[in-house]
Amino acid sequence: MRAPCVHPLCTAATQHFGGEPMKSALAVLTVIAVLVAFWYAACVPMNIKGVLVEAERAGAEISTPGARDRRDMSEVGLVLDNRFAIPATWAQDRPRLPAPHQVGIELWKTTLGKKITSKRSLVYHGWVTLSATLLGFAIGTGLGVLLAVGIVHSKVMDMSVMPWAIVSQTIPIIALAPMIIVVLYSVGVQGIIPKAIISAYLSFFPVVVGMVKGLRSPDHMQLDLLRTYSASNAQGFWKLRLPASMPYLFTSLKIGIAASLVGAIVGELPTGAVAGLGARLLAGSYYGQTVQIWSALFAAAILAACLVGLLGLIEKAVLKRMGMAS
Amino acid sequence: MMLVVMAFGVWILGWWINTRLAEGPNAQTRAVKLLIPTIFGVTLLLVWELVVRGLEVPLVILPAPSLIAVRFAGSIPILWVDFAQTFIKGALSGYLIGCSAAFLMAIAVDRWEFLRLGLLPVGNFVAALPIVGTAPILVMWFGFDWQSKAAVVVVMVFFPVLVNTVAGLRETTAMQRDLMETYAASYWQAFFKLRLPAAMPFVFNGLKIATTLALVGAIVAEFFGSPTVGMGFRISTSVGQLALDMVWAEIVVAALAGSLFYGVVAMVEKVVTFWHPSQRG
Repeated sequence: MRAPCVHPLCTAATQHFGGEPMKSALAVLTVIAVLVAFWYAACVPMNIKGVLVEAERAGAEISTPGARDRRDMSEVGLVLDNRFAIPATWAQDRPRLPAPHQVGIELWKTTLGKKITSKRSLVYHGWVTLSATLLGFAIGTGLGVLLAVGIVHSKVMDMSVMPWAIVSQTIPIIALAPMIIVVLYSVGVQGIIPKAIISAYLSFFPVVVGMVKGLRSPDHMQLDLLRTYSASNAQGFWKLRLPASMPYLFTSLKIGIAASLVGAIVGELPTGAVAGLGARLLAGSYYGQTVQIWSALFAAAILAACLVGLLGLIEKAVLKRMGMAS
Repeated sequence: MMLVVMAFGVWILGWWINTRLAEGPNAQTRAVKLLIPTIFGVTLLLVWELVVRGLEVPLVILPAPSLIAVRFAGSIPILWVDFAQTFIKGALSGYLIGCSAAFLMAIAVDRWEFLRLGLLPVGNFVAALPIVGTAPILVMWFGFDWQSKAAVVVVMVFFPVLVNTVAGLRETTAMQRDLMETYAASYWQAFFKLRLPAAMPFVFNGLKIATTLALVGAIVAEFFGSPTVGMGFRISTSVGQLALDMVWAEIVVAALAGSLFYGVVAMVEKVVTFWHPSQRG
């Protein structure tokens, strides 16, 4: 018996969520509705102090005048004493927690409401990040598959490299990111390449480990059968091992692309890059533009969901074509 | 040039020894299985050292391992303070809070079918998202000190642990649950005696993924603002000063902390799930 799969994306892929689709759609919608309601509710105490400062400046009557006196008071008490201020907590300019519709409007304005060549368009920034992600993902996956093939076919490589590949998954390799950016910058390489390298090494190890598992998944019986056919090593690889590894490959591709995106975003932080979703996050946190941070965050989330979803669709189609769909 | 040629020679030698060992008669013994990756690692370090010295690569591009080791030994007090700030205060506290919250949530999710149907797809979705991106927001809310780092870690570890625990709690077969029923076991009796132990391999998988995520979260959150101490802070400022030996020393600390943390969780797993086929070997 194999140890159960390690990554949430993996359990997501292999698990069946019972129940009728209608009921589960209803359940998901309920959970989302509760989350959004909670979000709106949380905006009130989170933003109340800022709102009261503004309201006081505008000359409104407030239960406790003076921002300094209010500093140590509980937010909930302030809300109850100044109920008139509640609507304003959902419409602040720079709230501590922007309301969902503010984030939605900002997302709309910066994606569809702007020309995509504009420096303020999230599509432009998203593309900067996405291109680095995809380039890095392609490099990382390619090298990862090659190394996995080497590991499966060479005992030396297996015994010397594989333990390090496994250990490397337990260390926060992303800590290397700032250094890679700066070092490559100092030798004159900048732009998409440094970010792609970070993306590549983040997606590299999951693919190696998953692919090795996949290429080894045919059991003795199947390998013996090919031997009785007197199949060569190469034939065994192309006709048995590679097809058998596909489910594993797709699982690790999904993990890898999520990691690649994180890599590209983090890669934009240290140099104070001017473009990309990471740069939007950083700029937003420098200038207190919370709505901008949240919209960049949601853009990143949507991007990640699309990438993983796309891979899921490809997986489904490929496995179905191969007759392996579960 | 001499040194580069030597590096090449060392590489060939290391590979030759490993080939001999891997194909020799003792390849399956434990000692050899440990020895081969060690030789590979040492070879890599030697090649790195020789190439850097041979080509006179400047310090600001790639310091030699010996320089990193000297810097590591020379700044143990700084490294320790950074480690305490980032790992013990930030990552570990966040890990404990996040994992216990996720565990309790998983029990609730498992108890109520509706919650499971609704929350699990959302949890799976969130687990794929770049959650490190919440770091600037949480730093803004909780301040620059370790509390904000712990908050980032909580958010990062929550969903993987939740999803894995819920999957684990569904691991028992109908036969086993029926047996409990015939014993007239209450929900909690069946939970503690059957379903929780059966879930443990999954729970520990979640906990093991979470160890790496916790460190990543704590380090990356420091890139968005921190007191003048901490591993992420030291990495980003040392990169700015082009003191790459210090950066590498911190990376060594991060690597050690990450693998030790993982190792400790894996050891606890071994004790708790001693009955599982993957542990009996």
